[in-house]
Amino acid sequence: MKREDGRKPDEMRPLVIKAGVLKEANGSALVKLGKTTAIAAVYGPRETHPRHLTRPDKALLRCYYNMAPFSTNDRVRPGRSRRSTEIAKVTREALEPALFLEEFPKASIEVFIEILQADAGTRTAGINAASVALADAGIPMRDLVTSIAAGRIDKTPILDLAGKEEEETECDLPIAYMPREKKITLMQMDGDIAQKNLREVIDTAIKVCEQIYEKQKEALKERWVGEGK
Amino acid sequence: MEEKDAGEKKAPAKEEKPQAKGLLKKEREFVVPGDKIVDSMEFLPGKNCFRDGNSIYAKKIGIVSVNGRVVSAIALNSVYDPKTDDMVIGEVTEIRDNGWVVDIKSPYHALLPLSQVGEYVDPARGDMARIYNIGDMLYCRVSQVTTAKRIDVSMLDRRTRKFHGGRILEVNPAKVPRIIGKLGSMINMIKDKTGCITIAGQNGLIWLMGEKPVQDLAIKAIRTIEKESHKDGLTNRIGEMLDKAGGAGKPAAKAEPAKTEPAKAPEKEEKK
Amino acid sequence: MIMQSEYIMNLASKGLRIDNRKPEDFREIKLEKGVTGNAEGSARIRMGKTEIMVGIKMGVGVPFPDSLDKGVLIVGAEFSPIASPSFEKGPPREEAIELARVIDRGIRESKAIDLENLCIKKGEKVWMVFIDIHILNHDGNLIDAAGLASIQALLDAKMPEYIEKEEKVNYEKRTKPFPVKFKPVPVTVVKMGESFFIDPSLEEENALGARFTITTMDNGNICAMQKGGVEALKIEEIDRIFDLAVRKAGELRKLLK
Repeated sequence: MKREDGRKPDEMRPLVIKAGVLKEANGSALVKLGKTTAIAAVYGPRETHPRHLTRPDKALLRCYYNMAPFSTNDRVRPGRSRRSTEIAKVTREALEPALFLEEFPKASIEVFIEILQADAGTRTAGINAASVALADAGIPMRDLVTSIAAGRIDKTPILDLAGKEEEETECDLPIAYMPREKKITLMQMDGDIAQKNLREVIDTAIKVCEQIYEKQKEALKERWVGEGK
Repeated sequence: MEEKDAGEKKAPAKEEKPQAKGLLKKEREFVVPGDKIVDSMEFLPGKNCFRDGNSIYAKKIGIVSVNGRVVSAIALNSVYDPKTDDMVIGEVTEIRDNGWVVDIKSPYHALLPLSQVGEYVDPARGDMARIYNIGDMLYCRVSQVTTAKRIDVSMLDRRTRKFHGGRILEVNPAKVPRIIGKLGSMINMIKDKTGCITIAGQNGLIWLMGEKPVQDLAIKAIRTIEKESHKDGLTNRIGEMLDKAGGAGKPAAKAEPAKTEPAKAPEKEEKK
Repeated sequence: MIMQSEYIMNLASKGLRIDNRKPEDFREIKLEKGVTGNAEGSARIRMGKTEIMVGIKMGVGVPFPDSLDKGVLIVGAEFSPIASPSFEKGPPREEAIELARVIDRGIRESKAIDLENLCIKKGEKVWMVFIDIHILNHDGNLIDAAGLASIQALLDAKMPEYIEKEEKVNYEKRTKPFPVKFKPVPVTVVKMGESFFIDPSLEEENALGARFTITTMDNGNICAMQKGGVEALKIEEIDRIFDLAVRKAGELRKLLK
């Protein structure tokens, strides 16, 4: 199985993670997955506005996903779309299991994900960035959240689809995974695939999540106790 | 308040001891949320740690600290989480019938109730702003934190004050214990060696008063502590740094205190 | 209500449900087709107290630049304020958007509609197919109910006539059957405590930890999935969910007319 960009079937595109890239935010991170570039900022825990959204027992987690107008060849119309609303929702659900929200009743934590350059895998890049940004902000967490998409071409599970692969694949399956807890916090899929072949695709994705996890840890270490400091 | 300088001094002694059974990380090792620190029921989870099954994990990015059987992670970044009796610096943001709303840079705004102010105030006469007005910076004591996260602050304490002049420096609240040092050793050293009057709130706001070069030197010292809080021997290094640079700053401030209006180092103050 | 959710979770820990259903039981399902006159196709489903109407409308429009020879499919969902005290008028909420997009993916990815057959003139004129999901009463499991009703409405649809000369659609004359090739059916499995249930009621949804929707094709292949809810799942649990959902999809498909 030969891939357009010469990668092995279970190889992701080059991944770069940097923590603490924004000054004003409580926590932030930049993730580059091949050409896809996502930046995440975390604000809070802080007072909840508007007030009626306040939850008495735990903090309110709010996520926003936005594609910069210049992030794709065809200009993206600014503002929320149905797609960005849905991605924001599944991102929130992917991150929430990792957080000790009960430690900050009534407060809110906001996660803003901005896609600066889009070339497949924006939601997974956004989740990887958001997870590092949350840790960077000192938000109490039980685990980091890692995310990647996988598919299946010519009977082979293919990791991190890009370019033409997105059309050739039997399915496109993004997942988010907590490596310590070994639990899945996001899974979506579209395509056409037999149930028996699905597990292999999921396992391929999970395997690389461990690599992403190591990169996330390195980024945080470099930011806080790195020699460059 | 955590006293991290204590940990600093104890650290070498600890390393000589054989690694306690089940301890997977070294003292002062960097951890991220979810990192396993201990694989044993012999230890108890302390600050910023949690137990899951037989193991103890870190909850926040931090530095491992083992004190007897208690394993904790000293946070490297964190928002200020108010605790009763903390001394904090806050800005008055709103005047209500029952008191002043004070932004103490925490997830929850605090209330300074009328009863927690030394003077008699008659809200009906609308003279509350005369005591504390919007924009005033206060050094106050956290007098109450309820489980529902209602935060009260009080000005009924000898240490409290309203600031006039000076400037405010914002630092990472997780680093404040280190900036203050054991029994105030670090901050007192900064004060002594620079001559800059310095008051640190537990919430990460620091008030500075002194001439500009003196302030700048104190800020440089504070920023260095903030950046290198995870390293050993910090007190000595800061001392050396201030001795080298501070020779000029200190006498200047002491000798001519009123010459160039020290109160006019404006930042958040001087609103009235 | 927190008390009610705790009660439901407590029952779930014993494998019990508040309405005494078994974990793998659907509520009573009534599926009707052709329920409204002006739509090209329509269906109404009642799943317990959940009630949804789906209408298919067609029009002529311009194709998308990346698929010049294909018809356009648009799925929308509206949470009518009549359906629940928590619904408000205004732009569609997160749940409504997610619902529409999950149904959309199931139909699109399974290639249930032969979109190539809906091209009138390549690059210029194609049929636009609107699937509008209207929630009349919300008592949980909207995805399964709306998904089944959408396929039923498509099966019910007849194509209107396009009058080339006048560039007009004649809605009076609907003759040709709509090109439906497959029947994708979503089944949602929820995890409550350690139990796995299907067809959650609204009360159960409010208490649940994780929700997993799997859309299955006629041949048993899977064409769309969506996890929801804030609880994380183990891989073995996902395997169990697959088995249950694929098995139950067959039951639902039999209800289509």
